[in-house]
Amino acid sequence: MGLLDQQFTKESIVVTKVEDLLNWARLSSLWQMGFGLACCAIEMMATSASHYDFDRFGVIPRPSPRQSDVIIISGTVTLKMAIRIKRLYEQMPDPKYVISMGSCSNCGGPYWEHGYHVLKGVDRVIPVDVYVPGCPPRPEALLEGLLKLQEKIRNESLVKKSV
Amino acid sequence: MKTPEEIFNILKEKFGDAIIELVSSQPVESFITVNPQEIDKVCRFLFDNDELSFDSLMNLSGVDDANGKKTTDQNGDNIIEGGTLSVYYHIESTKHRHKLVLKASAQRENPEIKSVESIWRHADWHEREAYDLVGIIFLNHPNLTRILMPYDWEAGHPLRKDYKNPEFYHGMKVPY
Repeated sequence: MGLLDQQFTKESIVVTKVEDLLNWARLSSLWQMGFGLACCAIEMMATSASHYDFDRFGVIPRPSPRQSDVIIISGTVTLKMAIRIKRLYEQMPDPKYVISMGSCSNCGGPYWEHGYHVLKGVDRVIPVDVYVPGCPPRPEALLEGLLKLQEKIRNESLVKKSV
Repeated sequence: MKTPEEIFNILKEKFGDAIIELVSSQPVESFITVNPQEIDKVCRFLFDNDELSFDSLMNLSGVDDANGKKTTDQNGDNIIEGGTLSVYYHIESTKHRHKLVLKASAQRENPEIKSVESIWRHADWHEREAYDLVGIIFLNHPNLTRILMPYDWEAGHPLRKDYKNPEFYHGMKVPY
C-alpha cells in the first residue's frame, strides 16, 4: 500500500477502505507471545535483537497469551509440551496466528522416526498459518515467514478469515 | 590416589560376597560389579572412608543389557524375557583425584536396586531418569516419579530394547 512514506501537507485527507485500514493496523503490530522451545528459540531471539530487529515490523514479545496476536512455535514440540501449547493457543484472543518455525515443529524434524517423545508436527494440535523451513531457520527466514503472515492478514476480509 | 584393583581389594575385604567381580577386560575403564541390594552400603563406605572419599557422583546411567531371551510376537514386536537391567555409577574423589566405575545389575522381571540418593543428593534426578527411561526401581528413593516423559505416560519405559511406542497419546497421533 505504500503507507505514510510521503509527508502530509496541511489538512490532508486519506481515502481508504475500513478493511484495509484495520488490516494494516493489525498486521503492523503483531504482538508475539514470549515463548521459546528449543534451539530455534535462539534464532528467534536473535531475530528480536537489534541486528535483525523484529520490532520494526511491530513484533514485540508479550509475556501473556491473552495479549498476544501470534505465537511462534520455535522448536521441538514434545508430547508433554504439546498439551501446554494447545492450552496457550486456546488462551490467546482471536484473531490469532501461528508461525511454525523449523523442521521440528513443521514435521518432527530429525525426530521423525525414533523420537518416541516428539509430536510429528505442531499442526497435529493447533492450526498453523505459516511454516518456516530450516534447522534452525536463519533470522532472515523467520522474517520472511512474518512477511508472509502479514501478506495473509492484508488480504483478509472483515466478513471471514481468509484461507 | 588408588587404582581400581586396589579399591577392589579394599571392598572385597570389607564386603565379601556383595562385591562380585572386577572387570578389566573391556577397552573402557575397568569396573566393579556390586550386588544391587548392597550398593547403598558400598557407596556409603566409598564416600565416608578417608582413604577413598568418593565425594562426587559424576554420572549415573541406566542400561538395558538386552541379554535375555529374544522373541517376536505375532505383530512382529520384539519381546525380551529374562536377562538384566544395569545401573552404572561413575564416581570421583576430588580430594584424591581418583575415579571408579561401579555396576549393579538387577533382574529384568524385578529390577530393584538400592538408591544412593542419601549419599550423593544429585543421584535423585539421575535415578528418576533411569526409572523413567529404563524402568529400574530404586528402593528408598524419596520421590521416584517420571522426570522426562509425561507423568501420565502409560506405554512403558522408552529406552528398553523391547519398547513399543503407542499409537496415540491424549488423542495426538504419535508415529510419523
